[in-house]
Amino acid sequence: MKVKVLSRNPDDYVRETKLDIQRVPRNYDPTLHPFEVSREYTRALNATKLDRVFAKPFLASLDGHRDGVNCMAKHTTSLSTLLSGSCDGEVRVWNLSKRECGRTLQAHEGFVRGMVVRFCGTSFFTVGDDKTIKQWKMETPGYGEEEEPLNTILGKTVFTGLDHHRKDAVFATCGQQVDIWDEQRSSPIRSFTWGVDSFSSVSFNPVETELLASCASDRSIVLYDMRESAPLKKVIMTMRSNTLCWNPMEAYYFTSSNEDYNLYTYDMRYLDRPITVHMDHVSAVLDVDYSPTGKEFVSASFDKTVRIFPKDGGHSREVYHTKRMQHVICVKWSADNKYILSGSDEMNIRLWKANASEKLGVLAPRERESRNYSQKLKEKFQHHPQIRRITHHRHLPKNVYHQSKELRIMKEARRRKERNVRKHSKPGTVPVVSEKAKHVVTVVK
Amino acid sequence: MVKVSEKKKSVKKSSEEEEEEVRYGEEEEEDGELRGEGDEEEGDEEEEEDERKRQKLLDAIGSLGGRRKRRKRSQAERSEAAALMSEFTVNAEGGGDKVQLSDLIGTADRVPAKTRKQLENLQRVRKSIQSPLSRRESDRIQRDVAFQKAASEVSRWKEVIRQNQRAEQLVFPLHQDPPGPGPGPVERLVSGWRARTPLEEEVFALLSANKQPIHDPVLTPREEASVRAMSLEEAKVRRAELQKARALQSYYEARARRERKIKSKKYHRVQNKAKRKEFLKKFEEMVEADPAGALEELHRMEVARMKERMSLKHQNSGKWAKSKAIMAKYDEGARRAMQQQLEVNKELTQKVVTSLNEEEEEEEEEVLPGFVNDAERGVDSSNPWMRGKLSEERKEAEEEEEEVMETVDLTVEEEEEEEEEEVKETEEEVLLREFDSRRKLRQAEEERAASDREEEEEEEEERAASDREEEEEEEEKAASDREEEELSEFTTLFRGISDAEKVATDSAAPLQEGLIRIRTLEDVDLLSQEAPDDEAPPLPPPPPLPQPSAAVNPPPPATEKTGKPKKRKRGIELKQVLTKDTKAIKVPLAPTVEDGEEDGEEDGEEDEEQRGLIREAFAGDDVVSDFLKDKRKQEDSGKPAVVDLTLPGWGEWGGTGLKPSRGKRRRFRVKAAPPPPRKDQHLPSVIISEKRNSAISGHQVNSLPFPFANPAQFESAVRTPLGRTWNTERTVKKVVKPRVVTRMGAIIEPMQREELMKDRKRAGGKTTLDSLTKKH
Repeated sequence: MKVKVLSRNPDDYVRETKLDIQRVPRNYDPTLHPFEVSREYTRALNATKLDRVFAKPFLASLDGHRDGVNCMAKHTTSLSTLLSGSCDGEVRVWNLSKRECGRTLQAHEGFVRGMVVRFCGTSFFTVGDDKTIKQWKMETPGYGEEEEPLNTILGKTVFTGLDHHRKDAVFATCGQQVDIWDEQRSSPIRSFTWGVDSFSSVSFNPVETELLASCASDRSIVLYDMRESAPLKKVIMTMRSNTLCWNPMEAYYFTSSNEDYNLYTYDMRYLDRPITVHMDHVSAVLDVDYSPTGKEFVSASFDKTVRIFPKDGGHSREVYHTKRMQHVICVKWSADNKYILSGSDEMNIRLWKANASEKLGVLAPRERESRNYSQKLKEKFQHHPQIRRITHHRHLPKNVYHQSKELRIMKEARRRKERNVRKHSKPGTVPVVSEKAKHVVTVVK
Repeated sequence: MVKVSEKKKSVKKSSEEEEEEVRYGEEEEEDGELRGEGDEEEGDEEEEEDERKRQKLLDAIGSLGGRRKRRKRSQAERSEAAALMSEFTVNAEGGGDKVQLSDLIGTADRVPAKTRKQLENLQRVRKSIQSPLSRRESDRIQRDVAFQKAASEVSRWKEVIRQNQRAEQLVFPLHQDPPGPGPGPVERLVSGWRARTPLEEEVFALLSANKQPIHDPVLTPREEASVRAMSLEEAKVRRAELQKARALQSYYEARARRERKIKSKKYHRVQNKAKRKEFLKKFEEMVEADPAGALEELHRMEVARMKERMSLKHQNSGKWAKSKAIMAKYDEGARRAMQQQLEVNKELTQKVVTSLNEEEEEEEEEVLPGFVNDAERGVDSSNPWMRGKLSEERKEAEEEEEEVMETVDLTVEEEEEEEEEEVKETEEEVLLREFDSRRKLRQAEEERAASDREEEEEEEEERAASDREEEEEEEEKAASDREEEELSEFTTLFRGISDAEKVATDSAAPLQEGLIRIRTLEDVDLLSQEAPDDEAPPLPPPPPLPQPSAAVNPPPPATEKTGKPKKRKRGIELKQVLTKDTKAIKVPLAPTVEDGEEDGEEDGEEDEEQRGLIREAFAGDDVVSDFLKDKRKQEDSGKPAVVDLTLPGWGEWGGTGLKPSRGKRRRFRVKAAPPPPRKDQHLPSVIISEKRNSAISGHQVNSLPFPFANPAQFESAVRTPLGRTWNTERTVKKVVKPRVVTRMGAIIEPMQREELMKDRKRAGGKTTLDSLTKKH
C-alpha cells in the first residue's frame, strides 16, 4: 500500500546560522497576490497613525537664565555643548547630554546681542549692548582664576550681530555699519555702509566663505564680499527682515525671516524675487536656522511657536509649542541633524527632536529597515485623503489657531477683492501679481 | 510707482545736463593743459635759443595761465588787471587769443621731424578725455562688477547642487574621514614620533645603518633607486630576461618531473652513481682550487650523515622493509634487497673518526626523538604544546596502557606500530613548528601595524563584499528588471519634480492645524473617520463607476464614455483611480473535487451518491433562480421610474370610480431616458453594481496629485508594491532606501570646496574620455 506522507527538507526552511536572514519560501508571482495594494494601504495607514501617536518632540528644558534668552551659539566641534546669552548680559555654557549648565559668566552689561564660536572651537566671541566685542576661552577657568575675556574691543557704537568666518581669523559685526574685523586688530579692517544706519544681523556664507549678508532696518537685505570695498547688492522688501541664514549645502541660497510673518528663500544671484515664500507663522518671525543637511530649516516666531519648513516647501511640515513657551527669540538646529534648540523669552532653552516621532538611540537593523519601509509607504500613499489627514494634523494653541484662521480669512477676502476689481476693470489694467513678487519692493544695484 | 519713476527720470536728466556742462568746461581745460605740456617740452628743447624767442614763448605760457585762472575762478573776472598780468610780470598782449601749436613750433627751426609729426598728430586728434564719473555712479558700477564676480563664483556650485538634489541617497557627513589613522605607517602620521627606548633606538640605528626600510611597505633605498633609474628600454630588456629565465625554469621543471616519473631502478642507480662520481670529482677539484669551499662541503656532508643517522631511513623500518622482512624467509631476492639497504645505511652513516660509545649513542638515537636537539623557543616556553612532544608522549603512554589492557601478544607488530607513530609524530612536529612560526610572524606583523592592518582588512572585506554584491546585483538585475521597471519610472518622475522649478510638493501642503491633541490610536481613528467630511471640498459627486472587480469586466464601451458629460471627463475619476488598478487575476484554483482516475466506476457511484445527498439537503434552495431574481430586482431599481403627472378632475370629470382618460394619461406621463446599458447586461451570472460605495470613497483620492501627469501614472505608482511580501530582498532594499542618511553623533560640516574640485575632476575626466573616444 502506498502511503502519502508530508515530507519536507529542512534545508528549505532552516537557516544555517542564526545570523542568516530567515528563509521565506515565497512565490512572488503577482497573480498570486491580488490584494497587495490594499494590504500596503493598511500598513501605510497604521504606520501613519503610529507616527502621530509616537510624536513626542519635546525632550528637555534647560533653565537657569534670569532673563530672556537673546542669542545662542552652537559649538563647532562638540555636539553636546551649547552657548546661550541672555538679556541681562549673562552667558551660559550648557552640556546638552547632561542637560545642565556647565559655566556661567557675566559677559556684558545689558543684552548679549550676538555670540559665535570660533571655527576651532577653543574660544567664542560675544557682542553686547555695552559697545564691546569680547573673546572668551571655551575652557572653564580653573579654581581661583577669574572669568576674564581673552580680548576686548571697545567699539564706537552698539553692535547688534556677530558672525565668524569659517576658516580664517576674521569676523564680522553689524550695528550702524557692517564691520569686518581681524582677530589680531582692535579696529575693523573694513566697514561697509550703504545709506543705512542700523543692521540687525550679519552672517557669513558657510560655503563661499568670503561672502556675507546682512539684514538692515530699511527693510533691506544686503550682500557683501569680504574682499571688495563696497557691498554687492541689496533687495528692499515690504517689511523688515530680522535674521538670515545661508544654506550650508547649497552655496547661493539663503533664507530670511521677516516681520510680515513669512520667510523668504532667495537665490543670491537673482534677488528680484524670492525662490519660495514660506508661510504659516502668525506673527513676526524672529530667527531661522538651516539643518546641516540643507534640506530643511527651523524658524522661531513671536507667536510662541517653532516651525520646521522643507527648504522648497511653502508650508511647514511641523509646528512645536508648549504651554509655557513664550516668544521664541532664537533657534538652532544641532550639527548632527537630530535636535532643535529654541531659546525663548521666559528664560528657558528647549531641546526638541528634529523628527518628532523618531526613536532616539541606536536602531537594530531590522528596526531600521521596517522604519524605512513604513516611511516609503507613507510617501507612496501620501495623497490618499485619510493618510493625508492624519499626517497633517497638528494641535495648536487656541490663540494661534484662531489667529491663523483670521489670517486665512483676511487673505481670502483680499484675494476676492482683487479678483472682483480685476473683473470690473479694463482687461490688462489690474495685473496678476504673484505672491513671490508681491513682497519685493526693489533691487538696488 | 509711475510718478515716482518719472520724478527720478527728471532728476536724472537734470543731473546729466549738469554733468555735460561740467564735461565741456573740463574739455577746454584739458585742451589747454595738453598744449601747455607740449609747449613746456618745446621750451626745454629751446633753452639755448635766443632771448626773443624765449620771451615769446613765455608770453604764450603766461597768457595760458591767465586764461586758466579766469576759468577756474569766476571771481577773477572782476579785476581786469589780474587778467592781463602774468605771473612773470609781463603783459599778456594777446591774452584773449588761443595759442596755436604752429605759433610755437613755427619759430623753432631745429625741431626734429619725428617730434613735429607727433605734435601734429596730437593736434589733429580732437578727442577729449571724459570727465570722471560721479562718486555715486562709480560706486554703483564697482558694486555691479563685484556682484557679477561673486555671482559667477557662486554659480560654480550649480552642478554639485543639482547632483545632490537628484541623488537617490545622500549620506551625511559628506566628507567622511576614516575613524583611525589613514593608510601608511603610523610614524608618518604622527609627526612627533621618535624612537625613545634604547631598544628602539638601537633597532632604528641598525636599520638605518644597513639602509633597510623602516616602514613595512617601503622599498629599500637601493630598490627605490633602481626603480627610479630603470628606463623603458632597460625595463624591456629586463622583462625579456625574466621571461627567458621563467621559460628555462619551467623547462627544467618539466624535465625533472619526467625523470622522477621513470620507474626503472637501474636508471636511477646509474644516475645516482654518476652524480656521486661527478660530485667526488668536483670535490677533488675543489680541494685544490678552493680549500675553504671544500671544507664547507665536507661539513655539509657530515651534517647529511648526521641527519641520516638521526632518521629512520634505510633502517628497514618502512612499509616496504616490513613486507620484505616477511618475505625474507622464503625469498632470496628480498633478503638481498634488505641487505643492500642496510649496506646503504651503513655507508651513509659511516664516520671517519669512530667514537667510543657509538653503539650507545645509536641506541639512544633510536629512543630519543629528533626534537630534543631543537632549541627551545623563548616566547612560548610556557606553552607545553610548543615544547616539542611532551604531551604527545603522554598520549603515547596512554595508548600503550590501553594496549596493555587489551593484552595483545603480537609484540613485533606493536613495535612496528610504535615506529609508525614516531613517523607520524615527526610529521606533527613539523606541522606544529610551522604553526608556531606562522603565529610568531603574525604577532610581529600585528605589533607593527595593528590598527592599520585591521582597517585595511575591513576595507578590503567591505570592498570585496560590495564587489560581490555588485556582481550578484548584476546577475539579479535581469531577474528584477521587470519589477523595477515600473518603480524606476516613478523614481525618475519624482526626480523630475525636484528638478522642476515648481515647488508645491505635497509635503509642503499646509498642516491641518486644529485644537485637538492626538494622544492615542483611538484619537487617530477618530481623525480618520472625520476626515472625509473634513477634507472633502465641495466637489461634484464622482460619477457612478464600476466596483472594484475581477477581470471579468469587459472594458466599458467607447460610446458610453462619449455619452457622458464633458465635465466629468475632465475631473479625475476617483473611482477609476483605485478600482482600475485591481489586476486581471487568474488564480490557479485548486480543483475542489477530484475526478477519480483509477477507480472510476466506484468513484462515479460515490459522486452520484454525494450529489444526491446534497440535492436532498438543499432541496428548497433554488440558488440560481434566486440569483436571477436578485439581478432582476437590481436592474429594475436602476431603471428610472415613469413619472405620472396626470391630475384627475382637470378638463374632465373627477371623483370616485372615475379614471382619467387614456389620452390624458398618455399626455402627462413622462418617460425618463433609458439608463446607460448595464455592464452585466451580457453576463448572466454576475451582478455589477455601479453605485458609489461611501465606505470606500473616504479612502480614495479625489484629484490627481501634483507630480503625476495622468491618472494612469498615478495608478501604476500605487500599484507597485514595496514590501518584502511581494518583492525580493534586494529589490526591497533598493526601493526602501531613505533619501537622507546621517551618522549618529557625527557633526555635519557645511559643503566644502573640495566637493567642487571633486565634481570638476569628475567632469574633467568625463570630457577627456569623451575627447578620447572622439579621437578614436
